[in-house]
Amino acid sequence: MFSMTGAQLTISLLERQGIRTIAGIPGGANLPLYDALSRSTRIRHVLTRHEQGAGFLAQGMARVTGLPAVCFATSGPGATNILTAIADAKLDSIPVICITGQVPRAMIGTDAFQEVDTYGMSIPITKHNFLVREARDLLHIIPEAFAIATSGRPGPVLIDIPRDVQLETADFTHWPEIGEREPVPSCFDGDLDAAVEMLNSARRPILWLGGGVVASGAGQEMLTLAERASMPVTSTLMGLTAMPHDHPLNMGMLGMHAQRHTNMALEACDLILAAGVRFDDRATGKVQEFCPQAKVIHIDIDHSELDKLRAASVAILGDVREVVGALLPRIAPAERQEWIGYIEALKLAFPSQVPEQGGHDTPQELIRRVGELAGENAIVVTDVGKHQMWTAQSYPFMPGTGWLTSGGLGTMGFGLPTAIGAALAAPERKVVCFSGDGSLLMNIQEMATAAEQGVDVTIILMNNACLGLVHQQQELFFKANYFSSIYDVSVDFPLIATGFRWKTWDLAGAADPDAVLSEALAHRGPTLIHVPVDRDEKVWPMVPPGAANRTMLGGECHA
Amino acid sequence: MHSNTSRTVLDVLVKNHPGVMSHVCGLFSRRAFNVEAILCLPTDGGEESRIWLLVNEDDRLEQMIRQMRKLQDVHDVRLRPAAEETFARLGQVMRE
Ligand SMILES: Cc1ncc(C[n+]2csc(CCOP(=O)(O)OP(=O)(O)O)c2C)c(N)n1
Repeated sequence: MFSMTGAQLTISLLERQGIRTIAGIPGGANLPLYDALSRSTRIRHVLTRHEQGAGFLAQGMARVTGLPAVCFATSGPGATNILTAIADAKLDSIPVICITGQVPRAMIGTDAFQEVDTYGMSIPITKHNFLVREARDLLHIIPEAFAIATSGRPGPVLIDIPRDVQLETADFTHWPEIGEREPVPSCFDGDLDAAVEMLNSARRPILWLGGGVVASGAGQEMLTLAERASMPVTSTLMGLTAMPHDHPLNMGMLGMHAQRHTNMALEACDLILAAGVRFDDRATGKVQEFCPQAKVIHIDIDHSELDKLRAASVAILGDVREVVGALLPRIAPAERQEWIGYIEALKLAFPSQVPEQGGHDTPQELIRRVGELAGENAIVVTDVGKHQMWTAQSYPFMPGTGWLTSGGLGTMGFGLPTAIGAALAAPERKVVCFSGDGSLLMNIQEMATAAEQGVDVTIILMNNACLGLVHQQQELFFKANYFSSIYDVSVDFPLIATGFRWKTWDLAGAADPDAVLSEALAHRGPTLIHVPVDRDEKVWPMVPPGAANRTMLGGECHA
Repeated sequence: MHSNTSRTVLDVLVKNHPGVMSHVCGLFSRRAFNVEAILCLPTDGGEESRIWLLVNEDDRLEQMIRQMRKLQDVHDVRLRPAAEETFARLGQVMRE
């Protein structure tokens, strides 16, 4: 017979699930949990400086390992602070388990001190959530939370535990099984037959890869499929690491900030095999006009994604890797010289904006150069803005590269705390975070956390003293009325970082920028590389929000 | 409850606990999809509840059903157009 408090039980169950690091901030409503955590010999705690930082730190760990990671927050303001990071995890299908403290049961619903309806607020932004009513319910809730977070399409789970439940004693005779990913049901043969027939008879097919391909580890199968059937490949922001960036069939990202030739090839294709993608509007543009001539084969693990925004000719429910594994042996080798030739011609007519080698003159070249120096095994993190899109376009991604970016929610402030989590989960890998001045300011307090943890995180700060992407949109779509997008005070970032005990380098006025870059990237530990960027450097091309992907502004003469 | 849009009934079997109604109804309200009428009773000794939702036959319905099936607390979702009759009779009762 075991007898322990709800708080001790929670920590023990997390230990049994294999959790070794928890990020969070204590407060009145979760202090019993913290007291129990302090006695754990297996789990260490990372004290962040903001709960949003704790949520993103957990995301960094989960995105790198593919395993669920845990974060803690207290009731009320702690809970509301962490919700943005949870919503972010939901949109990018990241398994995060968020455990919040709640006011005691008897006070729920009374507007007690630091009470908010965390359960109610988290319904639309989690895969599932729990309000724990009795300590012994934790015995099934915690394993269930892990099973839910990782099974099928992964996602965040929130567990709200009232303070008195944390203190209540639970008696039980044996431990529950640990919660694990459930096997995916296999797909229908009839759907596979139809897909094979369409793929083999297509004349101008394109393979479109999303985050689901990366999550299911189907990159190799996709490469084999692309090569055997001579299918050009495009990917979403989340799918960029599925293919080597320099593979001849790889056309890179599609959509709002794609290369012109990529979007134009999509206009002409007659079949699109969409794998692990959700037809997000940043990728499809006006969805009614996306790939107008194409039939669609859509493979996804989430039934509600199939036919959601565009009816598929063949919709296959299943794990992308399994489905493609089953399709592959039946795909007839094809050369498709005409189609490949057409795409080559498009590439010549509309040359890529992506630098072929790194330098330092433009942000794109600099990003490219950082990629060359950081190596294939690096983990690349971004914040949100122009720097994020430049990185998506120019970074030399390989299948081994870690790629952590806020795709669905597009959360500024994502970069630094996520990078810290990534570095904690993979201490032997180089973690490079591309950020903008606006984004960095949103969670800059986590520099203290990074210094305390001594993580090997390098921030490349592309400082244009403005909210760059907003500035660009105001120029293009609001007659250059730059309202509230330019900062009047220029912040001395290297000085601030130094105050947080970071090592800093500055490319401003550097005689030999490459030497500075190499030296900074060779340094281990929290490092800031400050890069001044001209405010007028644009992300080209750009599909206006709501327009069809064939409408691309800018970039014609940049070749 | 009369109009020319046709109506149908979704029969949803759920785990009986305080949050389940918010989960189910939230799916509809977030998509500005009106639920015309709701009937909910516990079954199976109180472990489960059966919810009947009277809804318009909107082309978003299939998506709603798939979204509902994803909810952990939803054990089953079926279409049960015949149950519309029950709502009509209940309408009588409520008017009395
Ligand atoms: C939390 C949050 N608030 C507002 C936005 C809207 N937004 C998108 S990009 C952007 C500007 C980003 O500026 P910065 O981080 O400096 O990057 P840059 O575009 O200059 O590279 C803003 C305000 C957002 N994505 N996230």
